[in-house]
Amino acid sequence: MRFETPTSVDQAVALLAADPEARVLAGGTDLLVRLRAGQVAPSVIIDIKRISEMTVISQEDGGWRIGAAVPSAEMNEHAALKADWPGVVEAADLIGSTQIQGRATLAGNLCNASPAADSVPAMVVAGALARIAGPNGTRDVAVQDIPSGVGKTSLGKGELVTSIYLPPKPAHSGDAYLRFIPRSEMDIAVVGCGVAVALDDQGKISAARVALGAVAPTVILSQSCADTLIGTTGDDAALDALAAAATAEAKPIDDKRGTIAFRKDVAGVLAKRAAKIAIARAKGEA
Amino acid sequence: MSRIHVTTTINNDETDYLCETDETLLDVLRDHLDLTGSKEGCGSGDCGACTVVVDGRLVCSCLMLAAEAEGRTIETIEGMAGGDALHPLQQKFLEHAALQCGICTPGILVAAKNLLERNPNPSEEEVRYWLAGNLCRCTGYDKIIRAVMDTAANTRGAA
Ligand SMILES: Cc1cc2nc3c(=O)[nH]c(=O)nc-3n(C[C@H](O)[C@H](O)[C@H](O)COP(=O)(O)OP(=O)(O)OC[C@H]3O[C@@H](n4cnc5c(N)ncnc54)[C@H](O)[C@@H]3O)c2cc1C
Ligand code: FES
Ligand code: FES
Repeated sequence: MRFETPTSVDQAVALLAADPEARVLAGGTDLLVRLRAGQVAPSVIIDIKRISEMTVISQEDGGWRIGAAVPSAEMNEHAALKADWPGVVEAADLIGSTQIQGRATLAGNLCNASPAADSVPAMVVAGALARIAGPNGTRDVAVQDIPSGVGKTSLGKGELVTSIYLPPKPAHSGDAYLRFIPRSEMDIAVVGCGVAVALDDQGKISAARVALGAVAPTVILSQSCADTLIGTTGDDAALDALAAAATAEAKPIDDKRGTIAFRKDVAGVLAKRAAKIAIARAKGEA
Repeated sequence: MSRIHVTTTINNDETDYLCETDETLLDVLRDHLDLTGSKEGCGSGDCGACTVVVDGRLVCSCLMLAAEAEGRTIETIEGMAGGDALHPLQQKFLEHAALQCGICTPGILVAAKNLLERNPNPSEEEVRYWLAGNLCRCTGYDKIIRAVMDTAANTRGAA
């Protein structure tokens, strides 16, 4: 196994494209666990933390570009980013412990392609785009189109994510992410749910996005859930309809962390609670 | 296969070492540099016994490759006491009997020190969340939390 530290995106792409067994290393909080367990045996590890453009959070066209090597702790310390997209930052802040957050990245959480990745539903409802660099240049892809199965991504040969872009926060909008875990910290989501809403001048919900995590092989961006909110004020009837839609949309498995029935039920409960927070934020109340 | 040469600063000393690609920072600290204060509890990021500070941030040294440390500034438990003078946190851990077997202690001290440097006045809840990645099999945590809170109060009083 070789260890490479490219200092430019082009160098990283060239290294990746040259070797099908190459692996990108961001924070290593997934990769090192898998390496040590002998689950992966890359021929070359490409550490992206020396590529300066990938280590910064910057404002761009009213939104935020978060480099693929930025650890979640840094996002949490960024007041302006947190003010615009509190749900995304809170979701990243749920990843592991303080120590894990010192290293874990959004892009790593996404590319690891765990169904339970906490930041993914939050990024999806924010309308986040992943910028991908590869041998054929650069493209921007909606975050929900990156995971293609458990542990699988739609990235092609020689491609890597260089940054995540969070679009400008719409007027009167708010986002939130909640997960259920049996412990209070340090556990893998049994269900996760992100909600983002925007309100019109009358205080009615004019746009909504709802995403569910850990209840299917990949994140679910649910139009039927969003439809229960759009045009309403987020009243109890709308929230009950949202919960029912989320329960119906969830396609979980039975495992030691939760049964199908439990997970479907919790998906509804979390959707409702996350929607309440997102609506309160959109009104400037939270 | 050729080994990787790494130059880094550990506890204010410029240090260099040779490592294999698959060696972790924890492996190098313990097995090559004789800095055995950092412990390996789980090797998977769950227990925090291997906690060190890299460029000001807490990390699990079991989940960092030794090769990644090139040019970085690392602080370990060995750098905490000033010679024979214990760090106030170490002193308070003794006073509060915040350790039994002691395996978790180096990681917890390093993590608590980093917290107090960032936030000299943490709430109990903040201390508990900050240390959630440091498992202790023995103490039940309460004495640890009290020792950290007491150190913070004392340090504020002295300042
Ligand atoms: C103790 C512990 C607790 C955890 N708790 C949580 C939790 O609560 N919630 C949660 O969601 N996750 C959790 N995780 C998993 C992990 O911390 C996150 O998924 C993290 O965001 C991964 O980011 P990373 O930068 O460390 O990724 P890495 O380990 O560096 O990479 C992960 C994978 O993605 C690939 N990759 C990384 N960056 C890129 C890129 N830019 N382009 C292409 N491919 C890339 C790597 O090759 C690798 O396959 C936990 C892990 C540990 C060890
Ligand atoms: S040994 Fe590193 S976290 Fe347990
Ligand atoms: S004192 Fe034994 S594990 Fe904490």
